[in-house]
Amino acid sequence: MDKVLGDKIPEFNKKQGGGGNVGLSGASFSLGDHRSKFEILVIILVAVVIIGGTELALLVMKVPQYVLPRPSLIVTALFTEWNFLWPHILITLYELLVGFTIGASIGFVLAAVITQFPFVEKIVTPYILLLVTTPMLALVPLLILRFGFGSEPRIIAVALASGPMVMINSATGFRRVDLAKIALARSFGASTLQIFTKIRIPMAMPMIIVGLMVGSIFGLLTTIGAEMVGGAEGLGNRLTYYSALIRMPQFFAIILILAVMGISIYVFFFWLGKKWASWEA
Amino acid sequence: MKLPGIADVAQTERTSKSTGLHSAPPVKMAIRNASKSYDTRSGAVHALADVSLDVREGEFLCILGPSGCGKTTLLWSMAGLHALSSGSITLGNQQITRPNPEIAMIFQDANLLPWRNLAKNIELPFELKRKPPDRERIAKLLDRVGLAGFENKFPRELSGGMQQRASIVRSLSVDPSVLLMDEPFGALDAFTRDEMNLLIQEIWMETKKTIAFVTHSISEAIFLADRVAVMSARPGRIAEIYDIDIPRPRSIDIQTEPDFIKRVLDIKSRIEHGRGARVAIT
Ligand SMILES: Nc1ncnc2c1ncn2[C@@H]1O[C@H](COP(=O)(O)OP(=O)(O)OP(=O)(O)O)[C@@H](O)[C@H]1O
Ligand SMILES: [Mg+2]
Repeated sequence: MDKVLGDKIPEFNKKQGGGGNVGLSGASFSLGDHRSKFEILVIILVAVVIIGGTELALLVMKVPQYVLPRPSLIVTALFTEWNFLWPHILITLYELLVGFTIGASIGFVLAAVITQFPFVEKIVTPYILLLVTTPMLALVPLLILRFGFGSEPRIIAVALASGPMVMINSATGFRRVDLAKIALARSFGASTLQIFTKIRIPMAMPMIIVGLMVGSIFGLLTTIGAEMVGGAEGLGNRLTYYSALIRMPQFFAIILILAVMGISIYVFFFWLGKKWASWEA
Repeated sequence: MKLPGIADVAQTERTSKSTGLHSAPPVKMAIRNASKSYDTRSGAVHALADVSLDVREGEFLCILGPSGCGKTTLLWSMAGLHALSSGSITLGNQQITRPNPEIAMIFQDANLLPWRNLAKNIELPFELKRKPPDRERIAKLLDRVGLAGFENKFPRELSGGMQQRASIVRSLSVDPSVLLMDEPFGALDAFTRDEMNLLIQEIWMETKKTIAFVTHSISEAIFLADRVAVMSARPGRIAEIYDIDIPRPRSIDIQTEPDFIKRVLDIKSRIEHGRGARVAIT
């Protein structure tokens, strides 16, 4: 009995350390841990039971396809529709990537500059908060009027949605100045630029990564939403299209793709956090 | 085991010097009428008042004073990290207005960068000066302080004493002639503190560095110093300077000898007397 307990406790501790990384609290499933074969087996088993159970339940209870299609139909649709969906996936990814890159860059630079001048920060912060709290989707119809039905209005919306998120989180990071560490660098003759690159940025890195993660997830939401509002391309647009035709397996196939995108973003930044910010455990 | 670039003169010369009588060695750093006040929201805080003090070439000077008396303020000014309100600090014939490569600062908690491993932490000064790190010297220093083999460890994986040893290596790696140490062992437990005091004494005897060492422990000051400068409470000024002519190398045991205890009590009563007078006036 004791031995079993003794074996269990370190396992538990190890997992805690892995999951609580980078202050990404709330997101609680642990990644990158060394899982035993048994654990992997259980995880697969649970997934099979849930998916298989859903399949069976929907089949037995004769739930109509337009309410909830069976998992097998969704996967089939994913394969049969793939050639049609592929260009839309690329468009969505393109809009997300361009919008996020623009927004995140501006947000990051703004955070770095503004935190150096407390007075400027006081003036600018309310507007940033306004941008954070206003759903940028609301602006999309307006942007479409001005920029047409192409990618531009969506890219702008994505930049507006993700930029402020990156900015406020990075600013929180940059505000955590440790005067002793800056003094240390200065005592060895560091220039202002060196203090910025060797002390301030690494110090802010955990919060910067959190900002990038939240910002990119917000960007994904906004991309899809903006595509649903107007235009004729992108996965968001396909969602409205298939739901209008009540083609639910295709509709859910897209949901599946979006879920994979979201999780990939999360995993990527989680990995980045482990790599660049694991010192702050 | 000796440090790189060290002449073997140190010990004999120092013991003869500490018997007094010889003329004092030349002045390394001269602090003249240094005053500093901080501007805060609730008005000016007068931290240093008219401090004049010489740091002699190759000496171990301890600056002793109660908490908040301006020791850190003085040391930061000596490091060129902030400007005085009035007065001057010189190194040789250079005015100290900015950090100087001849002067290295060792901070209270080791002040290692948590995102860098030990090796990268120690190479920081070279990186900032855009010079290739002197790997040979660093390896010797690490070996000297017992940190060889820990190069890939991160600060959080090291004990407080090890972290402070790493920070000493970081400062010595660039071979400064003056070391400014701000309560470097204040956060360590008593045993580690004794160990570090012995180590810093050895390093000083081997390297002939000029050391200004801030502490608020009277016995630490007496154990380490050639001279102890006692500062009064805020605004800080030099109240008294004591010569400590105990021969070196000193062992931890001397702290229980009557002569040592007498010196501690002397300084203690001087500080308390000063305080009492202040209380009586205010
Ligand atoms: N940046 C600052 N702004 C305002 N006041 C300061 C600042 N730094 C120090 N002071 C004040 O100046 C006085 C001297 O501070 P200093 O840190 O030099 O004392 P110290 O002798 O090093 O104290 P300790 O033993 O606690 O480290 C204190 O009253 C402190 O509150
Ligand atoms: Mg201090």
